[in-house]
Amino acid sequence: MAMKRKHKRLTFVLVAMALVGAATGLVLFALGDGVSLFKSPTDLVTAPPSESQSIRLGGLVEEESLRRETGSATVRFRVTDLENAVEVVYDGLLPDLFREGQGIVTTGKMVAGTFVAEEVLAKHDENYMPPEAVDALKKSGQWQPDDAEGGNHAEGFTK
Amino acid sequence: MHRFANPTRFLKIAGYVQPWMAAVTLALFATGLYMAFFTAPPDYQQGESVRIMYVHVPAAWMGMFCYAAMAIASAVALIWKHPLADVAAKATAPVGAAFTFLALATGSLWGKPMWGTWWVWDARLTSMLILLFLYIGYMALQGAFDDRARGAKASAVLALVGAVNLPIIKFSVDWWNTLHQPASVIKMDGPSIHPDMLWPLLIMAVGFKTYYMWVLLVRIRQEITANKVRILRLKQVHGG
Repeated sequence: MAMKRKHKRLTFVLVAMALVGAATGLVLFALGDGVSLFKSPTDLVTAPPSESQSIRLGGLVEEESLRRETGSATVRFRVTDLENAVEVVYDGLLPDLFREGQGIVTTGKMVAGTFVAEEVLAKHDENYMPPEAVDALKKSGQWQPDDAEGGNHAEGFTK
Repeated sequence: MHRFANPTRFLKIAGYVQPWMAAVTLALFATGLYMAFFTAPPDYQQGESVRIMYVHVPAAWMGMFCYAAMAIASAVALIWKHPLADVAAKATAPVGAAFTFLALATGSLWGKPMWGTWWVWDARLTSMLILLFLYIGYMALQGAFDDRARGAKASAVLALVGAVNLPIIKFSVDWWNTLHQPASVIKMDGPSIHPDMLWPLLIMAVGFKTYYMWVLLVRIRQEITANKVRILRLKQVHGG
């Protein structure tokens, strides 16, 4: 009898776990992109948000797009997912990791085709190495910004 | 397994293993922290701030590892009524909660200089916060019943249900876009972290695990002793 009750409890726990797992899976599936932190430039181009709507935009700072306005802290740059790009204007302090080619996430509103940012956050990628290793890679010609910098930054930003 | 179900035999073995665990933990911490602060190189992008990783990442792994251990022990306690499994699950919760909190706190300290914010409600950070709440809920539920056995059963069920959060934490950075980076170490195409940084990280991670074993033994021994005292008191009351 004891064996039987043990097996009953085991079956019950396994079935309950499977049901809880399936229910959670369905909930997460239904939430879908709602759980994602930011929208891509392509999302903003294909479905333009209203001007009153506060949104998060994520992407790479386009190379050679950064412009600083003289006499103020205002910066302009373009955020790209390598398909579409959105012009961003921001007045404030940028995080240390901010640079061209870097992944960023910015909060703000679309005003007349320009993204007016209230906050700019830098995203860093999953690559860790000492500066000497980067120098060595560059020297031997194996440094591929596409692969080690831009490429992996682009992961999660491009479709 | 049932050979160790006998608390007396367990106490004997635990008393022997515990000082070894303590010694291994201290040696690993000393080595890992020395490497993390002195021999590991700065990162090409993050500079010296990368050293927070040597505490942050092992702490986050510990938070999840302890939860998995707690859930498995809870399942064993529910299904096979193993007396030590119950005690082990109960002893694990505060350790896991402490390390989850440490991961959240160090992550926040790291986020400010690197990302530019202390906190963001992305899937990874939020699911990790839920893990902390699960630990707190587990401990609260356990103490919420006058009948200890009912409290143990209810909290074991909560531990099992909460286990669905573990794969969500792990894959949150792949399923949704987040501010938190994707995995650097445990991923399909191998670690994308320089060996000089990977070694101290792994040493710290193993040190955290042996710390858990050490504290777990201390806490289980304490719990068994407390149970013995309780039984003696009950006998005294009923006998007199």
